[in-house]
Amino acid sequence: MLRISCPWCGGRDEVEFRFGGEAHVARPDLGVDDIGWSNYLFFRSNPKGLHYERWCHSFGCGQWLNVIRDTVTHEIHATYLMGEAKPTIEIESADDGQLQS
Amino acid sequence: MSNSQICRLEKGGMIDRSELVRFSFNSRKYYGHPGDTLASALLANGVHVVSRSFKFHRPRGVMSAGPEEPNALLGVNYGVGVIPISRATTMPLLSGLKAESQNCFPSVRFDVGRVIDYTWRLWPAGFYNKIFKWPSWRAYEWIVRRAAGIGSLPEDTDPTRYKHGNLHCDVLVVGAGAAGLSAAIEAGRRGKAVILVEQDSVLGGRLLDGLSRDEVAAKKKLGSMLNELQVLRNIRVMRNSMVAGYYDHNVLTIHDQSAVYHGGKLVETFWKVRARKVVLATGAIEQPVLFGNNDLPGIMLAGAVRKYAIRFGVRCGETVVAVVNNDIAYRDIFAIVDAAVDVSAIIDLRDSIALEFRQGAKERGIAVYSGASPVEARGSRRVRAIRFLDSSNILQEISCDCIAMAGGLNPTVHLFSQAGGKLKYDELRACFVPGRCRQNLEVVGSANGKFGDDASYNIAARRAAPAKRGRQWVDFAHDVTVSDIDLAVRENFVSVEHAKRMTTTGMAADQGKTSNLNALTLLGQLTDREPVEVGTTTFRPQFMPVTLGAIAGCRSGEFYSPTRLLPAHQWHEARQAVFDDYGDWKRPAYYGAGGREAAILAEAREVRESVGLFDGSPLGKIEIKGTDAAEFLSRLYVNTVHTLQPGKVRYGLMLNENGVIIDDGVFARLADDHFLVNTTSANSSRMMAWFEEWHQCEWPDLRVVICNVTSQWAVLTIAGPRSRATLETMPGLIDLSTERFPHMSFAEGIFDNGVPYRIQRVSYTGEMSFELSVPADSGQEFFDRIWTAGQAHNVSLFGVEASDVLRTEKGFVHIGADTDTTTNPFDVGFGTIVENKKGDFIGRRSLQRANDRRENRRQFVGIELMDETSSVQAGAHFVEGEGKNWRSEGFVTSACYSPMLGRSIGLGLIERGFDREGDIVQVYSDGKTSPARIVRPGFVDIGGERMRA
Repeated sequence: MLRISCPWCGGRDEVEFRFGGEAHVARPDLGVDDIGWSNYLFFRSNPKGLHYERWCHSFGCGQWLNVIRDTVTHEIHATYLMGEAKPTIEIESADDGQLQS
Repeated sequence: MSNSQICRLEKGGMIDRSELVRFSFNSRKYYGHPGDTLASALLANGVHVVSRSFKFHRPRGVMSAGPEEPNALLGVNYGVGVIPISRATTMPLLSGLKAESQNCFPSVRFDVGRVIDYTWRLWPAGFYNKIFKWPSWRAYEWIVRRAAGIGSLPEDTDPTRYKHGNLHCDVLVVGAGAAGLSAAIEAGRRGKAVILVEQDSVLGGRLLDGLSRDEVAAKKKLGSMLNELQVLRNIRVMRNSMVAGYYDHNVLTIHDQSAVYHGGKLVETFWKVRARKVVLATGAIEQPVLFGNNDLPGIMLAGAVRKYAIRFGVRCGETVVAVVNNDIAYRDIFAIVDAAVDVSAIIDLRDSIALEFRQGAKERGIAVYSGASPVEARGSRRVRAIRFLDSSNILQEISCDCIAMAGGLNPTVHLFSQAGGKLKYDELRACFVPGRCRQNLEVVGSANGKFGDDASYNIAARRAAPAKRGRQWVDFAHDVTVSDIDLAVRENFVSVEHAKRMTTTGMAADQGKTSNLNALTLLGQLTDREPVEVGTTTFRPQFMPVTLGAIAGCRSGEFYSPTRLLPAHQWHEARQAVFDDYGDWKRPAYYGAGGREAAILAEAREVRESVGLFDGSPLGKIEIKGTDAAEFLSRLYVNTVHTLQPGKVRYGLMLNENGVIIDDGVFARLADDHFLVNTTSANSSRMMAWFEEWHQCEWPDLRVVICNVTSQWAVLTIAGPRSRATLETMPGLIDLSTERFPHMSFAEGIFDNGVPYRIQRVSYTGEMSFELSVPADSGQEFFDRIWTAGQAHNVSLFGVEASDVLRTEKGFVHIGADTDTTTNPFDVGFGTIVENKKGDFIGRRSLQRANDRRENRRQFVGIELMDETSSVQAGAHFVEGEGKNWRSEGFVTSACYSPMLGRSIGLGLIERGFDREGDIVQVYSDGKTSPARIVRPGFVDIGGERMRA
């Protein structure tokens, strides 16, 4: 179970939060073509490594926040306020999966 | 029955010989001592056949002395009903405990199921996929399903109380053997908050089984460590507690049975612990050796034979022969002899054996055969001899009634692996040891491959015996043999994950604690790969089975999920309301004891004829306030919002970004900057979260605040031609005349007694209808007052079911019932509203896609069956065509008997529905097809005169 640092409340258990998918997905204007709209609706980056994502501290302050999580190790490298620019993280994701069969 | 513990040694053991503990096994009474486990007590009484194997029904005895036990899985009852698949080797002997064998009939000594063993060639791995093909699997399924599985579930209510708890600490130490104890004490001395968890009832691990001079010294050290543990108040010690799972960010779960086993209370606790650092001192598990019939009762792990002798004072056999492949085994064998158990021979797979061990064996009178290969064990219900090839390849046989197998240790890396740690193969020790892990943990002691003196750990490669006769067991719990692994390889199931599933090796309740290493080594040998190339299967929680009740905790029965009661719940109860669950809420479905159908029809009729009172409190109520409130709602609703005047109400739809309708309801404008949004009852929390998400994440610039006031207000819905007359007498209520307060109006005010109210004239039933909201704590009072005021107008109560009948008659769409996850606003007749709306709203772009505008979409219609006496059910399909072209055009989404029309009516979604008004279509339900006419939704008051009256 993850421990997530809410920018408003501090470190809390994952059970207090709700996952909200990838962060920094820009909502296009009405004029966007079908391809652009379907990219916004259905396509996500799904990286192996650092993932910028949104969480809502729903059983706490109720505020949404951004989280940078490594999808391989589940390490959380940063949390920051909704609306803040996407920070650049120096850390490289380390593939530390189990011994492969 | 007298106390005849025939296999109890004269002395020794951490048992209290002054006291007897009575228990029963297969209805026979036995005695043990406090300190025994169920397994040690059975062995002390000379009980060697304790169960029958899973597939072949072969007799099995206790093999180990710990959680790795694959055989001694018994049905155990200590007062809570029979718990199946309980490990006798970890089950403390409780007074009055009743144990029984599983998987046998009529008895464990004679089991007719053994016929499967005598015909074993018919049942290779995966047999059910191969031989049960004619005429079909179904013909055999029932018998295979009956034969599969082990034990049966208790049927009574479980009297155990299950608790959940949360803990946190600086250092969590798992395992209280020598390594774990020193780690805990070292951290404790530094002032850290430490939790030390041990699944056994005593601390010390293998230190407790020591007898030699060195070991006695170690035992003394144990005494001083235990003393220090007591002094260090910052160390919390948990006994009879098993760490079950290791999750992300150093969260571990602990299944704590100490209260059951030591406190005499039927309480189990499931703990979640978050630790800054974790020390895994989980030890190692000894592996069996492969030879023919190595599953016979009396064949045990060498460490277990030692533990029974020294810890429990039990002799596992009169004559023991050891089959070993490593140096460490000799310490165990010598300890067994020193505890006065006779060991006649050591069969060592290695060619050369260190001098000290040869001498040690000589001193103790044990014959040592080096460079030997065990071939097979002989015996039926208990081993009576072992055959082996000596170093000159001559077949020899030695009588014995116990074989101590020492196939080398394998670190207990389960938790390390669950934590995401990487394993590496250690050639020297022929086992997998922990490598790197990203979580903050440390592995110490034998769990880390530190089995003692590294230099002296000399182990022979694991291999199958050259047995031509007798099967060699790899997985004892699932009856998987060497030939099954061989078969898997021949059928090309060579990946460890495939071989596991093909043979089911490692898939039993013990999860392969004594079989995985042999299985994958064998798989490697058969496919010419090193163990590291073969790899391991994934280790998953739980380390050992955890009672399901412990995982559920208190969340069962009425605590399964929270119940929401209406503010006037008791008031409805007193009027014979029959409650049903609607979302989280308990709501009156209908009233009275006269039967469901009749009550619903009568309630609906009374609303149409005079006036009905309905509890609408769960209706979602969300307030939006701020200078941008209208703009915010305009982006959420399909409808135009800006033009709505204060004091007016509008009906609207909300979509998701995919253009699908997710909610509907009315919204009222209270002031220029203040709106009240009604959501469907089951949806209020979800819509509140939806609003917040859009405001915080997409449009934080909009100046609004959002507040869910659903449970703050009790809502009384007064519907019917006499509704206005009923309400008019309420002192302090505004003028409700149609001129001053027409349909779709909203007002706020204060009753003469000072209670504030909100009232809106909206209708879900098609009748003139008012929704009166009062503060929740005044709800009961106002139900009373309206009820009294309504007596002059024949007021009656109606429940959710009658409300739905009235709604269906009126033809109003019920989002979620009449729509699904493909329905867009065009499909329910909102096309004009969408086209007239200015600006963007959630989902608007999706409505421009060709698929959202194609002509053959399913559209919302009403239907009337041509045969007025027959009825239709929601879910029935509209069908067309014949034979292969027979297809569904849509389905009925709501249906009821209409008391107004005296016939069955329905609503549904059907392709091109809007253009097909008046058409006759076929409705398929319960195997028969009946004709029905498509009509516009709405069967009563089509012009809306009653509603606006």
